[in-house]
Amino acid sequence: MHRELRSHIINLLNADTRLDGRKLTEYRKPIELEHSVIKTAEGSARVKIGETDVIVGVKLDVGEPYPDTPDEGTIIVGAELLPLSNPEFELGPPGIQAIELARVVDRGIRESKALDFKKLCIAKGEKIWMVIIDICPINDAGNLFDAASIAALAALKNTRYPGFNGEKVDYKNKTDKKLQLEKLPIAVTVIKIGDKFIVDPDTEEEKVVDARLTVSSMEDGTLCAMQKGGDYPLTVEDISKMIDIGIEKAKELRGYL
Amino acid sequence: MTYKTRIDGRGFDEARPIEAKVGVIPRADGSAMFRIGNTWAYAAVYGPRNLHPKFLQDPQKGILRCNYNMMPFSSSGERVRPGGSRRSKEISLVTEKALLPVLNLDEYPNSVVDVFIELPQTEAGSRCAGICAASMALADAGLEMKDLVSAVSVGRVADKLLVDLDYSEESYPDVKVADIPIAMMPNTGKITLLQMDGEVKKEELMKLIDMGKKVLMEIYEVQKKALKEKYHEVEV
Repeated sequence: MHRELRSHIINLLNADTRLDGRKLTEYRKPIELEHSVIKTAEGSARVKIGETDVIVGVKLDVGEPYPDTPDEGTIIVGAELLPLSNPEFELGPPGIQAIELARVVDRGIRESKALDFKKLCIAKGEKIWMVIIDICPINDAGNLFDAASIAALAALKNTRYPGFNGEKVDYKNKTDKKLQLEKLPIAVTVIKIGDKFIVDPDTEEEKVVDARLTVSSMEDGTLCAMQKGGDYPLTVEDISKMIDIGIEKAKELRGYL
Repeated sequence: MTYKTRIDGRGFDEARPIEAKVGVIPRADGSAMFRIGNTWAYAAVYGPRNLHPKFLQDPQKGILRCNYNMMPFSSSGERVRPGGSRRSKEISLVTEKALLPVLNLDEYPNSVVDVFIELPQTEAGSRCAGICAASMALADAGLEMKDLVSAVSVGRVADKLLVDLDYSEESYPDVKVADIPIAMMPNTGKITLLQMDGEVKKEELMKLIDMGKKVLMEIYEVQKKALKEKYHEVEV
């Protein structure tokens, strides 16, 4: 599959360029981030990287804590690969691609401790806030991982608590109290094709990926989550190089938040 | 609470502010965005393309398939659970029937035209917004069409007849309310969607359809303008 496309892309990479003329570790332009685009959500953001276009919305609800963490709230991340956004996506319950996307975004937020789950506790052992983050692509032109990760973080950043009277959530009257973000973990997905590394693949490049590594890192360069994908293995040297690229590019993306 | 004037200050025959754009989803064969007040719809058209499974194919003509979906965060209340509900399935069906009369799919046997409607944000009138977006997306996809389809809801709150009900009107407490979504082919005036909840007299309904028509012509102009913005007229 895609043998011709692959050799064409590799030839370009060897000449230090890509199908659209970008450098290997250059994101598409423009990158646009819009805050609070959805009035019906408690928090939301829309991110465009080139033609890739993703909306993330946050809803808050009150639930019961898990028995092993009675004083902690929780997050739930959902992703729907909407057939509106890509001719290859189909209707139906989330497939493995959507689940992986949601879990990678989830891990970036959860493991970086971007949210202090203890602050989401309302009454120990009884009531906690559940932060539900939903990822909806409008146009998938490649690299949903990075677009969704940054959109999720931006949406959390402008999330405001709805009213709560101890019994019911009052969605009509949002309070002024904002969800507090402790850290800003940024996900950068580094792609290996042949022996070259690139970031921000477009639709064509995604078809010929050998391996990918999504690296989530914080302001100080600490890694907080990773996910290897693709059919081919990576050497330790590969991983080292990919992490360096991931941390470097995260600095650039953080500037958009 | 008695209902005397509209809560947002509109006239009874006045729609909420409308915004429309075509070609907003580059990966689709045709796409459009339609906003009316706080209700916001996207539509993408894929096809005509191969239809699987094969037993769904019609050897005489292509088929139209519509899917209406609210994004999980699109409701002002609780999160909407992803995956279709009975409501969204029914809306998908009536949307399909609302659009089919303007299409000619005779040239595409065994194929399907898929229309995906997504609502990022809703506040009443979402099926009508979806239909408006979808008909523009079909035109953007370059399909042969007899007309566009424009849609809006009309209705009654207490003794007032009005167009384009918002949420506070749709759910007005303690008075009789009727909510009547209609879709029309603007050039012939034929109705392609008509539903109703509530109570209304026949004479009132006829008057409402008349009021609706006026607003539908305004919506039609917005739709046409959006299409013309993408496809400039070329002088030969």
